[in-house]
Amino acid sequence: MSTLEKTRRRGGIKNVSLFITVILFVGLFAAGSVRYDRFLSLSTFLNLFNDNAYLIIVSVGITFVLLTGGIDISVASTLAFTCVFSAFLLRLGVPAFVVIPLVLLIGLGVGALMGFLIHSYDLQPFIVTLAGQFFMRGLCAVISTESIPISDGFYKSMALGKVAFGKAKLYYYVFIALAVVALAYYVLKYTKFGRGVYAVGGGEQSAVLMGLPVARTKISVYAISGFCAALAGVVFSFYTLAGYSLQNMGLELDAISSAVIGGTLLTGGVGTVIGTMFGVLIQGVIQTIVTYQNLNTWWTKVTIAALLCVFIVIQRIIAIRAEKLKNKG
Amino acid sequence: MNSRLKKLTKCQSFWPLMVLLAILLVNGVVSGGAFFQMRIVDGHLYGRLIDILRNGSKLMLLATGMTMVLATGGTDISVGSVMAISGAIACSVVDGRILSSLGGSVTAAVLIAVLAGVLCGAWNGLLVSKIKIQPIVATMILMVAGRGIAQLITDGKIVTVNSDAYYFINGGYILGLPFPLFIVGFFVLLIMLFTKKTAFGLFVESTGCNPVSSRFAGINVDRVKLVIYTFCGAMAAIAGLIESAGIKGADCNNAGLMIEMDAILAVAIGGTSLAGGRFSIPASIVGALIIQSITTSVYAMGVAPEVTQVVKALIVVAICLAQSKKFKAAVAARLTSRKAVSAA
Amino acid sequence: MDAEKLLLRMEHISKRFPAVVALDDVEFSLRAGEIHALLGENGAGKSTLIKVLTGVEQRDSGTVWLEGKEIFPRTPQEAQETGISTVYQEVNLCPNLSVAENIYIGREPRRAGRIDWKTINRKAAELLGRFNLNIDVTQNLDAYSVAVQQMVAIARAVDISARVLILDEPTSSLTAVEVQKLFEIMRMLKSQGMGIIFVTHFLDQVYEVTDTITVLRNGEYVGTYATAELPRVQLVGKMIGKEYAELEGSAAAKGGEERMGEVLVELRGAGSASIPDVNLEIRRGEVLGLSGLLGSGRSETARLIFGVDRMERGEVDVRGRKTEVRGTLAAIRSGFAFCPENRKTEGIVGDLTIRENIVLALQTKRGMLRAISRAEAEKIADEYIEKLAIKTPSQDQLIRNLSGGNQQKVILARWLATNPDLLMLDEPTRGIDIGTKAEIQKIVIQLAEEGMALIFISSEIDEMLRCCNRMAVLRDKVKVAELSGEEISEAAIMNLIAGGAQNEQPA
Repeated sequence: MSTLEKTRRRGGIKNVSLFITVILFVGLFAAGSVRYDRFLSLSTFLNLFNDNAYLIIVSVGITFVLLTGGIDISVASTLAFTCVFSAFLLRLGVPAFVVIPLVLLIGLGVGALMGFLIHSYDLQPFIVTLAGQFFMRGLCAVISTESIPISDGFYKSMALGKVAFGKAKLYYYVFIALAVVALAYYVLKYTKFGRGVYAVGGGEQSAVLMGLPVARTKISVYAISGFCAALAGVVFSFYTLAGYSLQNMGLELDAISSAVIGGTLLTGGVGTVIGTMFGVLIQGVIQTIVTYQNLNTWWTKVTIAALLCVFIVIQRIIAIRAEKLKNKG
Repeated sequence: MNSRLKKLTKCQSFWPLMVLLAILLVNGVVSGGAFFQMRIVDGHLYGRLIDILRNGSKLMLLATGMTMVLATGGTDISVGSVMAISGAIACSVVDGRILSSLGGSVTAAVLIAVLAGVLCGAWNGLLVSKIKIQPIVATMILMVAGRGIAQLITDGKIVTVNSDAYYFINGGYILGLPFPLFIVGFFVLLIMLFTKKTAFGLFVESTGCNPVSSRFAGINVDRVKLVIYTFCGAMAAIAGLIESAGIKGADCNNAGLMIEMDAILAVAIGGTSLAGGRFSIPASIVGALIIQSITTSVYAMGVAPEVTQVVKALIVVAICLAQSKKFKAAVAARLTSRKAVSAA
Repeated sequence: MDAEKLLLRMEHISKRFPAVVALDDVEFSLRAGEIHALLGENGAGKSTLIKVLTGVEQRDSGTVWLEGKEIFPRTPQEAQETGISTVYQEVNLCPNLSVAENIYIGREPRRAGRIDWKTINRKAAELLGRFNLNIDVTQNLDAYSVAVQQMVAIARAVDISARVLILDEPTSSLTAVEVQKLFEIMRMLKSQGMGIIFVTHFLDQVYEVTDTITVLRNGEYVGTYATAELPRVQLVGKMIGKEYAELEGSAAAKGGEERMGEVLVELRGAGSASIPDVNLEIRRGEVLGLSGLLGSGRSETARLIFGVDRMERGEVDVRGRKTEVRGTLAAIRSGFAFCPENRKTEGIVGDLTIRENIVLALQTKRGMLRAISRAEAEKIADEYIEKLAIKTPSQDQLIRNLSGGNQQKVILARWLATNPDLLMLDEPTRGIDIGTKAEIQKIVIQLAEEGMALIFISSEIDEMLRCCNRMAVLRDKVKVAELSGEEISEAAIMNLIAGGAQNEQPA
């Protein structure tokens, strides 16, 4: 029976791609350090976190959705809405400790509503979240088409509060992002809900037959994505101290590419939030290099889109090869 | 007579057309008739209705391309970015920033811009049909990167052009009617002739309904999709030309911003299922005019145009729900249980 | 049978779907410590019976008792909680999760609120060890062969305290060695007093491992037999609807050799991903039957010829010339036509009209630019609606509104309109009323008489005998014999399909 026990390993996609992601990050960082003076420093590294804390949070949220095989392209608008609405409320004099829970709740609610529509009525995720994207963006404009500055004391202290490591510094809100990553890691690895997310992505039908709460899981991931987008909005308003209706256009692609570059499969079932975080950091390094090179900032977008494209095509090729292997086997 | 009426109401564009007329009528009544007024200045027609037609021309073109994409069960959210690319290229060529050897020829600029749109569309089509990436992700890559490419072409600046020939694309008149209408008319007629006089329309509908059966019947499903995405890219490029001619320059940040939703909505209002299958280009054209007249009326009322985005998003969800089998079943179940309760 | 010894008893089970009666007054009994084969051809009702038992579908009428208690499972979970677990051919586990997790997901042991991976991995390894399966349980499921995945699924099912274990075609994609391993496990579970329902279409396996056989046909109960007492040929007879006694001296198939013309298509060692090696000749004017049980390779052969599955090896000659059939359009242009097995998913284009469905293949054959005009399409549609007696108020009807038989006729019309030289029909009469069935059979014979080459595939041997004048018999994806003229008889075919040692086939 030895032939039977002999495993047919096709190389765990999971670990290989996380490895590739980390190598890519280190490689890019090293390339930058060789090419430019003053690039290699703790400060450059920590600034990747300072500048991308909000993107880490959004990307972690969207990773949950992608893991189930769904998609959420409403996150950028939710983030913008959170910023604009917070700024609007703060200007009216509503205290920060009311504003923050309120906007988080709205993000959660909108996400849950979209998840409900997608799951209960079998609507395509892209069309529902596309509608969500326009709805939230439209609401921003309803509130104000001008940029609203934030002058609230708490926001200001969060904007400036930091821990210094010599010359390098880490802002407080980065710890929110790190906490989100840690929490998401724990949830995905050590809770029934988290494992259910992977199971739904691995095969919704199988998950139903194994008695897992598929409906609850699917609705929850959109709620989590909405919540994370709102939380990222709060962090982003710490970062910029303003709310503007057109900010972060196209951020959904950044978030999705972070996840994909970090090893998440768009077909669902495979991926980790640690990988996603490295995906964000890779984008951060690209942005830094673009800045050092004095290039048009749009190069960042184009490079990231190209990188995303390469990763998706590689994923497809791996999937097609696996299918062929299965047919032969 | 009665049966003819029945046949008329069964036509896909009938109900959208009625909605359009109702919107126009309401506008006419609210404005006290000013809405319908037309003036002839220098032999050119002016008026609100003409504005709607002229401003709606971009959307009508996009809706034409989007109708076919949705009919195959796909989607293309990159059209806005393709508009930006096409505008950026055309303006840069006319301005002589790129390809200065062409001497700012407007014809060359238009041709190159449309070619760029064709390439963008073909790229989308390739990702969707050959590499089998979900349409939303495939076209999202171009949606974001495309705007970046446009920025790189113009070097991040707003390029203004100074060319009457170029302005003519949006502002010109032929026989008293705005030039964009002739563009729309030309392409809509062309594509309708193409879908009706060849079997292309049948192949598209068959592909959208049941790709597997279509393949068994000998339809090259992949090629149909490739052609359609390419066509959609070309339509977006032409819409981009009209837009940039209208603002007399290329604004990569704002050209065609969020117009994807309008295009999808126009098709949905026209009654083409977002899940694919039967399509009607005239119905989508009417859908586009409905959206444009709402936008124009809202604008006339002094409300920010972004606000209509909210309404449009809600309408899309409503139409999707109306097409959802599960939703219909749920509503039916609710109704019957209520009836049962009231009967008891 | 001792009533109290029965583990499971199903009586008078009926289930209707909108168009068909899937189960009509069926009964089934299972004792503890028994391996019970549930057999039947396509549409016999096996899968519906299993769905009713596992709560995927609800029965319309009838009673199910499990250990003397009446049960009415509404979901697979409910069935599992009462002790009925199922392992499907397509393994219903998550390939992206580890082996251990697949066994324990949904009921993970936890410590201090968090999932206790150590315990999961240890317990999973112990559990699989009892099945003599010593593998690394922390690896992803898709790192292992289908056989291992299947055993993991069985381990999961058994661990959730199954009293009744249903194995739905588990051996379809296993190698001989893997099948033996599976049988060992089945015997072990049997000795522990579990009742196992085994669905398969491999008769060798039925005779190797089962104690009892229940046969269904056309949604009806045929009978339950002790495996040891039922000869193979009789079993095949029950499955396809002929008692063996009737067969002795039954009329040989009709002739027709005189009308057989030159060779139209010849396959030499042709193979795709799903069938290894086909050698076949098809002549003008003949109806060649591909005979065999479900999964024997008959549909795969047709799909290969029509270019649906890519040809990976071998050669094809069409009209004496070596040809490469690349895709369905090339096949159509070579003069081939193919009515696939799954009418709904592969045949009809539901939201198009009858007229559009009829002209679709002719249109692709002519090419997109040479459109068939409306007038011509109407003429063609009218012609075939009349010729094939398609019952419809108008050719503008959507095809999905037609009955199954009429849909099939429309698909047939689609292919006849292309004026093919070779027409392949895969189960053209399944789920169709008797009248239409006879009409289609008549058309098949008539077409051959007019000089067309036809390949006919059906699970009903009667129909095959009526239509075919040559027959290739397939078993386990291999052609085991070709019969023609006097050699064709039900007994001969059934012997070949059964592949048994009993009743040696006539030369």
